[in-house]
Amino acid sequence: MLRLTSARVMAAAILSLGLGIATGAHAQGKQLTLCWAAWDPANALVELSKDFTAKTGIKMKFEFVPWTSYADRFINELNSHGKLCDLIIGDSQWIGGAAVNGHYVKLNDFFAKNKISMDDFVPATVVGYSEWPKNTPNYWALPAMADAVGWTYRKDWFARPELRAEFKQKYHRELEPPTTLDELKQTAEFFQGRKIDGKTVYGAYIFTERGSEGITMGVTNALYNFGFEYEDPKKPYHLDGFVNSPGSIKGLEYYKALYKCCTAPGMTNAYMQEGLDAFKSGQVAMQMNWFAFFPGLYKDPNVGGDKIGFFVNPRETRQFTQLGGQGISVVSYSDHKEDALEYIKWFAQPDVQKKWWQLGGYSAAKSVVDAPDFPKSAPFAPAFLKSMAIVKDFWAEPAYAELLLDMQKRVHDYVVADKGSAKEALDLLVKDWDKVFKAEGKY
Amino acid sequence: MLANKPFPPQGLESRASGRVAMRLRGLSDRTIAWLFILPTILLLLAINIFPLIWALRLSFTNFKSNMPSVPARFVGIDNYVDILTDEDIWYAMQVTARFVFWSVGLEVLLGFGLALLINRQFRGHSFWTTLILLPMMLSPAVVGNFWTFLLQPQTGLFNDIVSFFTGIPPGSFQMIGDVGLAPWTIVMVDTWMWTPYVMLICLAGLRSIPDYIYEAAEVDRATPWRQFWSITLPMTLPFLMLAVLFRGIENFKMFDMVNLLTSGGPGSVTETVSITLKRAAFEKWQTGYSSALAIILFVTVFGAANIYVKALNRVKQR
Repeated sequence: MLRLTSARVMAAAILSLGLGIATGAHAQGKQLTLCWAAWDPANALVELSKDFTAKTGIKMKFEFVPWTSYADRFINELNSHGKLCDLIIGDSQWIGGAAVNGHYVKLNDFFAKNKISMDDFVPATVVGYSEWPKNTPNYWALPAMADAVGWTYRKDWFARPELRAEFKQKYHRELEPPTTLDELKQTAEFFQGRKIDGKTVYGAYIFTERGSEGITMGVTNALYNFGFEYEDPKKPYHLDGFVNSPGSIKGLEYYKALYKCCTAPGMTNAYMQEGLDAFKSGQVAMQMNWFAFFPGLYKDPNVGGDKIGFFVNPRETRQFTQLGGQGISVVSYSDHKEDALEYIKWFAQPDVQKKWWQLGGYSAAKSVVDAPDFPKSAPFAPAFLKSMAIVKDFWAEPAYAELLLDMQKRVHDYVVADKGSAKEALDLLVKDWDKVFKAEGKY
Repeated sequence: MLANKPFPPQGLESRASGRVAMRLRGLSDRTIAWLFILPTILLLLAINIFPLIWALRLSFTNFKSNMPSVPARFVGIDNYVDILTDEDIWYAMQVTARFVFWSVGLEVLLGFGLALLINRQFRGHSFWTTLILLPMMLSPAVVGNFWTFLLQPQTGLFNDIVSFFTGIPPGSFQMIGDVGLAPWTIVMVDTWMWTPYVMLICLAGLRSIPDYIYEAAEVDRATPWRQFWSITLPMTLPFLMLAVLFRGIENFKMFDMVNLLTSGGPGSVTETVSITLKRAAFEKWQTGYSSALAIILFVTVFGAANIYVKALNRVKQR
């Protein structure tokens, strides 16, 4: 009897061990790693992806890296042909390099086979996140997270009768969210150094970060609207007179003036998080930041709800805003490309896109953003819609990193470190970019 | 021991071990010494010399590590010419030189002064020594981060302390973000962190001076000032020079702390040459260009250190 029991126990143990190994192998084969930045929408994606796991049995693992090291970490990973990421939500500017260097799987055939049409997504996001070369039907990503620079403001402060009266007396107009860049500066000056509820507050928060992409992503919102162009529209890569046009010079001078007049002390190297901290702590009246953060800000118990309002990047001679956001791509070095494509197929579905928006992600699907009830679905939705129609992106060339760092240096040197004039800064930028394009064989 | 305990011939294995032992017995001391150091030499070749030669080779190409599929083209000395004629590189060199000069100078002055104080016997001697040594025990990453918090103009303690003593409003100035103050800020933080290290080296120098020399000087009625100039300073000079060498080399390639404190900003006023190198190599992916810059820096440090070591040897011989 005892021998029989032992044999059974032994058999059960072997069986469970075998099953365990088999299950382990199965799970290992059916797991995907998705790489992205560590921020609010990433948490929404974790939540959303549970549905994918429930539907397919494929487990999802996430590798989220803070924004400041996001590009370094993942571009290194791609360059070294690493297998860490099966799926990657890479920045829009990476698309050229990733396509040329074979880091991403080309998705044209997959889209055709699965009837995923790029016509179903907001055009700016398709050009910005998916296409390389730009404006050609070569797709390397599915638009995943639509984003742009927008503004938040303290609706409760703007509504105070005494402030409104004082503002009207001073500027002969109502204290409302600014619609031009001049109005923005005026409003910021009005709030700068003012005591509100016994606390000194400041006019505006703008991007000034030096190390990665911050100040470039901020200054372009002024440059574009004063007339800056990346190149001659008729003569690609011809920069002189466009990057350093009189309008561009005015735009750069404007950004510096806004930085000098109306930002809080110490904001010399500040990007997204510093902006969120400044706004959440009730330090600034208006904040420049990415729409991606606005759902979180709206939920904030101190400054959210009725206290927060949203507006589109104000116009000047024309109106644009900086494109953010990313597309989702399959990494060509992944051992699980089929499963990764399965995820993209699932993610592209209209009902998944709808839930993505509800959870706090920004869908680029027309089925979501063109729905009649979309503008009323969130207080920031109307501003987001308007912004996505006026977006403009930085270079997405394979050499984008060099172009970006050159701009970071020249703009920071002028705006924050008071080095030279706006014209000198932009002339030097033209010189830097010419050198990069020459090395790239564009001339 | 090996000779006294021969292996018993038990089977093939034992016979083989016996043969090894016989062979070892036939090796000269020199050969055995080589056998011991060979793994280290191989390791050094693999992790130091080979990358150096590889970097030298890359420095003559236009290779970009983010475009491995594009074949590298031989560009001769173009990268070197580009670097040596680039105003921004010379500016970064000047920033580095100023940082090295002021930080090492202050560390030596303060470190030597502290060593003179700590060298005396007083109550709480061990406690103060430990307290002074604390900063150098911290990681530069930790130091960079907590000084960033301390130096925040609105919430940082540093501005409050300055305000307390000077009456200047704490929010009216900023250390990290000010073009004039940022270079001094990195000097200040580096001095705070590494003065204890210089102090330790100086202390070793002071403790190596035999007491009888001072006793003889006192017999000759030499004043304390005279004792300092004629005994203390000359006898600790080799140690001081050693401290300058160590700190000079370290600060020449300073990256982590500056990166965390200012990221080279505002603008480029604190952009040391290591930060320029990192940006070229790992952000712009200009591998060929950055290899050339790394070689130039290596030759500069190596050359300067060699000249300095010769001077140090001359001082020691005096």
